[in-house]
Amino acid sequence: MAIVFEKTQGLTDKETHYCPGCTHGIIHRLVGEVLVELDVLGDAIGVAPVGCSVLAYDYFNCDMHEASHGRAPAVATGIKRSLQDKVVFTYQGDGDLASIGTAEIVHVAHRAEKITTIFVNNAIYGMTGGQMAPTTLIGQKATTCQDGRSEAHSGMPLRMSEMLATVDGAAFIERVSVHNPAAIRKAKKAIKRAFECQIKGEGFSMVEVLSTCPTNWGIAPVESLKWLEENMIPYYPLGNFRTPEEA
Amino acid sequence: MAKVLMKGNEAIGAAAIKAGCKYFFGYPITPQNELPEYMSKALPEADGVFVQAESEVAAINMVYGAAGCGVRVMTSSSSPGMALKQEGITYIAGAELPCVMVNIVRGGPGLGGIQPAQSDYYQSTRGGGNGDYKCFVFAPANLQEMVDMVQEAFDIADYYRNPVIVLGDGMIGQMMEPIEFKAPKKRDLPSKDGWATTGTKNSRKPHIINSLFLDPEGLENHNTKLQKKYKAMKENEVRHEEYNIENAEIVIAAYGTTSRIAKNAIDALKEEGINVGLIRPQTLWPFPEKAFQDLPDTVKSVLTVEMSEGQMIDDVRLALNGKLPTDFYGRSGGMIPSPGAIIDKVKEMIGGVK
Repeated sequence: MAIVFEKTQGLTDKETHYCPGCTHGIIHRLVGEVLVELDVLGDAIGVAPVGCSVLAYDYFNCDMHEASHGRAPAVATGIKRSLQDKVVFTYQGDGDLASIGTAEIVHVAHRAEKITTIFVNNAIYGMTGGQMAPTTLIGQKATTCQDGRSEAHSGMPLRMSEMLATVDGAAFIERVSVHNPAAIRKAKKAIKRAFECQIKGEGFSMVEVLSTCPTNWGIAPVESLKWLEENMIPYYPLGNFRTPEEA
Repeated sequence: MAKVLMKGNEAIGAAAIKAGCKYFFGYPITPQNELPEYMSKALPEADGVFVQAESEVAAINMVYGAAGCGVRVMTSSSSPGMALKQEGITYIAGAELPCVMVNIVRGGPGLGGIQPAQSDYYQSTRGGGNGDYKCFVFAPANLQEMVDMVQEAFDIADYYRNPVIVLGDGMIGQMMEPIEFKAPKKRDLPSKDGWATTGTKNSRKPHIINSLFLDPEGLENHNTKLQKKYKAMKENEVRHEEYNIENAEIVIAAYGTTSRIAKNAIDALKEEGINVGLIRPQTLWPFPEKAFQDLPDTVKSVLTVEMSEGQMIDDVRLALNGKLPTDFYGRSGGMIPSPGAIIDKVKEMIGGVK
């Protein structure tokens, strides 16, 4: 009987701690598959963030560092500058990358560090229990904006891909989603291109992945996918913002 | 090798490169700028890498990344910058990574000033970061000792898998003195192959650089392991210098630049027939406690002199454990104690004791 699907060697056998319906698992798998398909798993060094994916160091089947909150791009810089032939990536959430770690992500792009960032945007702080993130949508409820985020009080949500695409050192910036199989296929393609960009030494590469948080959104998993499509994509349009040709 | 005349901050860089340091991540701050400036030119010439980070926070996290790869890496800063690095330092200590950090101390608190001070004693020996951890702290008093300690710092860091701070002050960083580069005593350094992240090559289990232990028992076990290491450092690495201790009536405790001024005061007092000794801690952590317990019976009291409002005096008191009365003389904010002021303080104490 032909095998049509099997778990990627890019991930360990450790059972993940993610909530039911959370799309972190899909995104982990895509990164793992890409590392294997590009034959760089044995040369990969990843950096896990603080946030829901804090334990990602147990899930990726390659050498890993656990960084402090927001500092993964700086840690990755130290790794890549020390071992320039390795494939270095960070895996960060929106609290980590778009709030506490804004300086580090801007300057990793500014220096055109040859690393790849997987930026998982679910518009909320997951691990700490559903607080407002810089990416939380207007009107979206969170435990620190219980009547919904207001523009007057908290400003408009931050679009990191658009912002980073203005930095000359950023070679590849694309926003993707994982709310349906077609989107997942596109997401994998983008992740692969981002790593290829690093391997070719073209500069900093980042893929922003729109992701769900059924637990903290208070929406069932399937409806969460629909909520992402109907609410997040209009504000965070999918697509490429920067390719090496433009960089 | 012949002696060379170098400025303190540049000599630190040269010593680090001699010790095999290949990576430097830093951020500009006065009065240590000559060090990153020197490294930006000298490291690439030695096949190394210098990166000017966007902040001290980023710089120390770059050190964390590089140290996890098993390379010899360092950073430097001055007091407010070291305050910013504390987050990274506790992660480095927690993940048991070797690295060397140089703090050219200036006056505080806050933005403070840019003149020499010793007011980061607490920050260095107590740790400004969270949790139960210790950095090894060297306190050189002259440039020869500075370059010797910087070189040995890399070996100590590798041997114990622990961050090492070399604590200078603006004076040490800015002065020029003749120095000779000598290799430190040979240590049998452990291999980094068992933990460094260099890629699995698909032939071993992943290495993980981490300080997270969600299981309380696991974290306590980790702390117990760290404490065992700190105990070994206390037993093997504590260092101090004694000067004129025999027959001394008063002993001065001072480190770094202040100890040199204290020696001048001691020599002048000796000519007046007043016997004063000096204990100069060369390691601030571990602190030379035994030296204070072993003071001869002639000693009636201990005077701690610092360029601070009194920080090391806490460790002097703990070391004496009530054995002798203590007194303090300090200047802060970048003001330097004069030998004359120390002499006056000693005479005041003798009057008081008698």
